Amino acid sequence: MSRKIPDSEYEKTLSYKLKSWLDGTKDAFVGTVEMKPQPDFCEDEETLIKREKEKKQRKERVYDIANNIEINIFKKFYSVFCVAFCLFLVTMLLIAVSYLPSYGHPENPVNNEVSERYIESGLQETGAVNIVTGMILDYRAFDTLGESHVLFIATCTVLILLRRDRKKDEWGNDIDIEVNDRIYEPKNDLILQTAARVLVPPIIIFGIYVILGGHLGPGGGFSGGAIIGAGLILYLNAFGFKKTERFFKEKTYKIMSVCALGCYCLAKSYSFYTGANHIESVIPLGTPGAILSSGLILILNICVGIVVAGTMYTFYVMFRKGGY
Amino acid sequence: MEFVRNFPLISILLSLFAGPVSSVLDKKKAKFLNLAVIIIIGIMSGFVLFYVLGTGQEYVYTMGHFPAPWGNEIRVGILEAAMALFFCVVMLLCVISGVLERDSEIEETKHNLYYIMVNLLLCSLLALIYTNDLFTAYVFVEINTISACGLIMIKQTGRTIEAAMRYMIMSLLGSGLFLLGICFLYSLTGHLLMSNIKAQAAILQASGEYHIPLLTAICLMSVGLAIKSALYPFHTWLPDAYGYSTLSSAAILSSLVSKGYIFLLIKIFYRVIGFEIIKESKVINVLFVFGIAGMIMGSINAIRESDIQRMIAYSSVAQIGYIYVGFGLGNTAGIIASIYHILSHAATKSLLFVASSGITDASGKSRDFFDLTGSGYRNKLAGVAFTVGSLSMVGIPMFSGFISKLLFAQAAVENRHKILITLVALAISTILNAVYFLKTVVRIYTPEKTEVVINKGFQDVYMSEQKAKSFAMICLIALNFFLGLFSEPVVVLIERGLEMFA
Repeated sequence: MSRKIPDSEYEKTLSYKLKSWLDGTKDAFVGTVEMKPQPDFCEDEETLIKREKEKKQRKERVYDIANNIEINIFKKFYSVFCVAFCLFLVTMLLIAVSYLPSYGHPENPVNNEVSERYIESGLQETGAVNIVTGMILDYRAFDTLGESHVLFIATCTVLILLRRDRKKDEWGNDIDIEVNDRIYEPKNDLILQTAARVLVPPIIIFGIYVILGGHLGPGGGFSGGAIIGAGLILYLNAFGFKKTERFFKEKTYKIMSVCALGCYCLAKSYSFYTGANHIESVIPLGTPGAILSSGLILILNICVGIVVAGTMYTFYVMFRKGGY
Repeated sequence: MEFVRNFPLISILLSLFAGPVSSVLDKKKAKFLNLAVIIIIGIMSGFVLFYVLGTGQEYVYTMGHFPAPWGNEIRVGILEAAMALFFCVVMLLCVISGVLERDSEIEETKHNLYYIMVNLLLCSLLALIYTNDLFTAYVFVEINTISACGLIMIKQTGRTIEAAMRYMIMSLLGSGLFLLGICFLYSLTGHLLMSNIKAQAAILQASGEYHIPLLTAICLMSVGLAIKSALYPFHTWLPDAYGYSTLSSAAILSSLVSKGYIFLLIKIFYRVIGFEIIKESKVINVLFVFGIAGMIMGSINAIRESDIQRMIAYSSVAQIGYIYVGFGLGNTAGIIASIYHILSHAATKSLLFVASSGITDASGKSRDFFDLTGSGYRNKLAGVAFTVGSLSMVGIPMFSGFISKLLFAQAAVENRHKILITLVALAISTILNAVYFLKTVVRIYTPEKTEVVINKGFQDVYMSEQKAKSFAMICLIALNFFLGLFSEPVVVLIERGLEMFA
């Protein structure tokens, strides 16, 4: 390598210093800065004992809850403050409510063109005699679609929390849930069983009636589903899990909810899509008052009913034993 | 009508439908379905964004055969489409990043339940973004709350169940107040559709009739949504919920769930009540005060925390405070800054959660501050990612956090009365941010003695072992740099969207 300047001069240049620093052959600080290794930190025994003692004292002072003045003051303050705050909130809301339009007055802002159309042309447009059903399942079906999924997702969170998937306990023994569950309850209670035998069929049939008649009179999927769920819970209480397992397992619930929600979703997708794109819907409304009328409402009611019944029953069995 | 116009409806229904379907699938198929749904919805939102940018005006999509005040409708503009696209991208990265954690932390049979929660959460976020009806918004707020609870407690330890309980109580209180607010508004205006309520509210304001109930409704809805999005005095549920849940859940909760509620609040300000009435009502001043308190107290709490995940969670409180300060400034520039901060915080906070899980992996899963010494060398990518996220949070130029702080400062200049306090609070909060984030960065790049590493059994972590997490981290770093370096088009997009919004 040819260099224009001699080595001794080159070693003084900045570029040589930088190069040697990068190579690691020379540390820029060595020889120019005084460096001293720090001694390791060590504590003598006396301060250690003192420190431990202080720690212990501090801990006792903090965790001695019964005699802790701060906590006691806080507790008293907290309860007083809670009551005061709730009273304040209640008063404020009551004052605000008193300024609202008076209830049932014909001039109220609520009585506008929206409710007018629901009442006057609800029957022709939805084909449902029960205007409320027409409103929730046809005019505002998107909200109800969301609402039925609220039920579904609530069931799923309960499944996450309470479903027992482990069949063995910590020591590898089988967990016999059925036996544990029955210890504190009368088994084969004759009175309950006889009553259930009489009551359960009418309850379930009544539930089905309420669902199917949702577009004709008071009722619908939510109320009918709740009735069916109550019937199933009564049956379970009287006859135990062995009997219900014959027709209601986890798989049954899954298939039921998927079919019902899928059916709801697809049916409503069709009507949302055709409605938004101004395509004529092919679903006939039928004659108002007949059981097969009002377009999709009957099907949607059945779907909602199935979801609600499944949700009720699932909640009960999850809280009862954590499995179907 | 162009077919693109149907995409918002299709994306909502697709994610809604994917929920129940996941319940009958096994773990692998449910995961695949979930990823496919998020990707498809992201692509569709991209198309919608281009379509709306092309036509330059928003459009109304009727849900069903009945027009708006009678039936439901959704409304699509630039801001909505951009938000949907951004949420999909962040959610995809969050879900991908936590694959390994989910395998070890969730019971084998409950994986599909997790994907149900994620699908329905996405659905509710999309519905909150697009809806033009207050009651629809309430229904999907419910779905959002319940699925967020599920996401927290899917990892079943005492801590998460306690956190989920707290979250449920606070969040239901928020929902209740929000519902009460809707009831008040309905009985005053007789409408649930946002545009009609706005017209009626303007009439009421002009005539001075029903002044007190209108004010009460605004207060109830603001406080309800503030509780749900963890504004400072209502933040007590936040550190446990973010700190102990599984990685994907923490990232999704911090970057998306609270942002959905904030977006809904912006919607209420602009579309339901009208920003002029909100300004006159002085509610934003209250939000401003709480926002300032949150900016400072959140950071102080984060400094006192020695658990890294909880520290990042507390930092969220401070960042939510920034967003509410933007509202409190009461001008359009403030709202633009808030929306930009929603994007920047979502990108940065999810990056920080993923990176912190990366560096704890290299420290034998210990989350204690002192065990993290030198972990930046043991897991190189996570170290870099954490540094990028920290610098962005502190607000160093080139990173996204700088731009949002700049926008906040600019917005503060326009407001004569609040300029001083905003700038001082911004400065203090930036210094406090620097204290705890840079402290951690220095800690993870301080070499640990070899014998300690061997004694505690810390392992080096390589990219090839954690492909999914590395991919997510690289994408989030890129997103951060994108927001930091090319902020101009994003800000213009937000401005145009906000004009369309009002």
